[in-house]
Amino acid sequence: MNIHEYQAKEIFRAYGVPVPRGQVAFTVDEAVEAAKNLGGKLWVVKAQIHAGGRGLGGGVKLAKTIDEVRELADQILGMTLVTHQTGPEGKLVQKVYIEEGADIQKEFYLGMLLDRAAEMPVMMASTEGGMEIEKVAAETPEKIVKVNIDPAVGFQGFHGRKLAFGLGLAKEEIGPFIKFAQALYKVYMDKDAEMIEINPLIKTGDGKFLALDAKMGFDDNALGRHPDILEMRDLSEEEPTEVEAKQHGLSYIKLDGNVGCMVNGAGLAMATMDIIKHEGGEPANFLDVGGGANPETVAKGFEIILKDPNVKAIFVNIFGGIVRCDRVANGILEATKITDVNVPVVVRLDGTNAEEAAEILKNSGIKNIIPAEDLADGAKKAVEAAK
Amino acid sequence: MSILVNKDTKVIVQGFTGKEGTFHASQCIEYGTQIVGGVTPGKGGQEHLGRPVFNTVDEAVSTTGATVSMIFVPPAFVADAVMEAADAGIELAVIITEGAPVKDMMFAKAYATKKGMNTIGPNCPGIITAEECKIGIMPGFIFKKGPVGLISKSGTLTYEASNQVVKEGLGITTAVGIGGDPIIGLSYKQLLPMFEADPETEAIVMIGEIGGDLEIQAAKYIKEHISKPVVAFIAGQTAPKGKRMGHAGAIISGGSGTAAEKMAALEEAGVKVVVSPADIGKAVKEVMGK
Repeated sequence: MNIHEYQAKEIFRAYGVPVPRGQVAFTVDEAVEAAKNLGGKLWVVKAQIHAGGRGLGGGVKLAKTIDEVRELADQILGMTLVTHQTGPEGKLVQKVYIEEGADIQKEFYLGMLLDRAAEMPVMMASTEGGMEIEKVAAETPEKIVKVNIDPAVGFQGFHGRKLAFGLGLAKEEIGPFIKFAQALYKVYMDKDAEMIEINPLIKTGDGKFLALDAKMGFDDNALGRHPDILEMRDLSEEEPTEVEAKQHGLSYIKLDGNVGCMVNGAGLAMATMDIIKHEGGEPANFLDVGGGANPETVAKGFEIILKDPNVKAIFVNIFGGIVRCDRVANGILEATKITDVNVPVVVRLDGTNAEEAAEILKNSGIKNIIPAEDLADGAKKAVEAAK
Repeated sequence: MSILVNKDTKVIVQGFTGKEGTFHASQCIEYGTQIVGGVTPGKGGQEHLGRPVFNTVDEAVSTTGATVSMIFVPPAFVADAVMEAADAGIELAVIITEGAPVKDMMFAKAYATKKGMNTIGPNCPGIITAEECKIGIMPGFIFKKGPVGLISKSGTLTYEASNQVVKEGLGITTAVGIGGDPIIGLSYKQLLPMFEADPETEAIVMIGEIGGDLEIQAAKYIKEHISKPVVAFIAGQTAPKGKRMGHAGAIISGGSGTAAEKMAALEEAGVKVVVSPADIGKAVKEVMGK
């Protein structure tokens, strides 16, 4: 789960990670009010959406007067912001963050995530602040300093020094930087973060380190113990169909093709997408119905797949283990009664009681159900049916 | 022969009396697995499925001599259960539970390693030595005995692969579902040498997916140390970047962890990589020269 910049900064503040003063606004009037409250002579109006690249897309602007704050807030609120992370359809901006302007002397990158190979967190820093870190990693990897932090010992001075000297910081910068990094580590661990990214981290004219931007994502499996984080969830930032699927215990991701897929198990679901492509088609979605595959979940699966108008055929690929195929077959028949399935459905059922299942489908008399013998046969038939 | 578990392996179940624990433990017993007892704190002294229930793993181990634990406790308690097993001298913990927080597994695995305990999972189907010992939730009948070792991140894809291998007239020595979480126990790199050393295993199937670099590590290892033929399939060739595909660890982040790079590394290591998941069985037969 991801949160907005202004929410991440609230968490940072509570942990003593320095951030500029700012206030979130949902309307133009609130934005003006926020700027007045903050005072000063320079403000930044920042679109709040769950995607990077907001500045380049025109969602982050500087204002030198209160009138300019009003003008920019009016411009940004309600705009559809397109960045390299939103996709071409962009995202509707529903709130802006009004922040005091900062005196930027130097820009850095600081991030934290799980190093899966080392099985412990890694903190990464770079002098290339403001740049996309993936790009820096690909083009000038020597400009990124990394340090693994063993949670059994926590963040030690040497971790901080390795980063600070790696960045080439001046003597007087080292102390404040290490303090900053240490506080960030505590946020990461305490909140079960999956990722924290500060880009840019700045050093101001008066020698302070400030998180000018803040991005945070959390481990979904740990949200149960963080009700405060769960409250920050903004469902309007998530794909509505994916949210609906999740509420019914299904895992769904929309893709661009025309062959809908309904599969049990995440690995087999990915493999099903792959084989559709291999047979010359394009998968319309990833859908894992989980272990149950009962009539209700199958019906919900059909309903969700068919929300996508591109879908011209559906491939149901179930490998019955503990779940018996005859029950799944009956589930499919039931589901076609609950939901109007108006495209051909290719059904491949293998594993426990597969023969009984084939018999049930054959005798069902439902015209648009096409039985398949195995994985390859099913994929071929589904691609053909979608043409 | 086989790897890690066989007909003589004594197994306890943590989370024995819960719904999942009860159902799957009874399936394992039916398969022939030596389930010698279970642990549910507060229910010690009772009997469940004809086996004794203990309050602690310590007690269960000293009474039954179990060396393996199958874990079904709810996600929030997985780390505790794994560490308790490690502390009690269990040699292998098979963690079936789905949804354990990553931070918990980070601590639990580090502790297990320190205590010399191997782990499989979490969020996995478990391990099965065909026709001898099933420790997990897989449908046992799919795994007929034969010369092929199987390592997989995915549950149903493991069944699919085994089914294809069996349809080619071959079978399985041991199949290990290692799970698709960001932090997992035994992985390809630790399991490959076990299959290499197992005289009954003649070929190895490895099924991977997008995310992380375990398959890349495996490729390097295979190139240097594995003489038996290996067939691989990587799921998620068509997966979009930055989207989590069901498994917590199945995500292409920052452009790395793609199926293409894993397939290339494995091919380079001399592994027979199949593009279509329907070709696993055929490829195994081919590399074995049968």
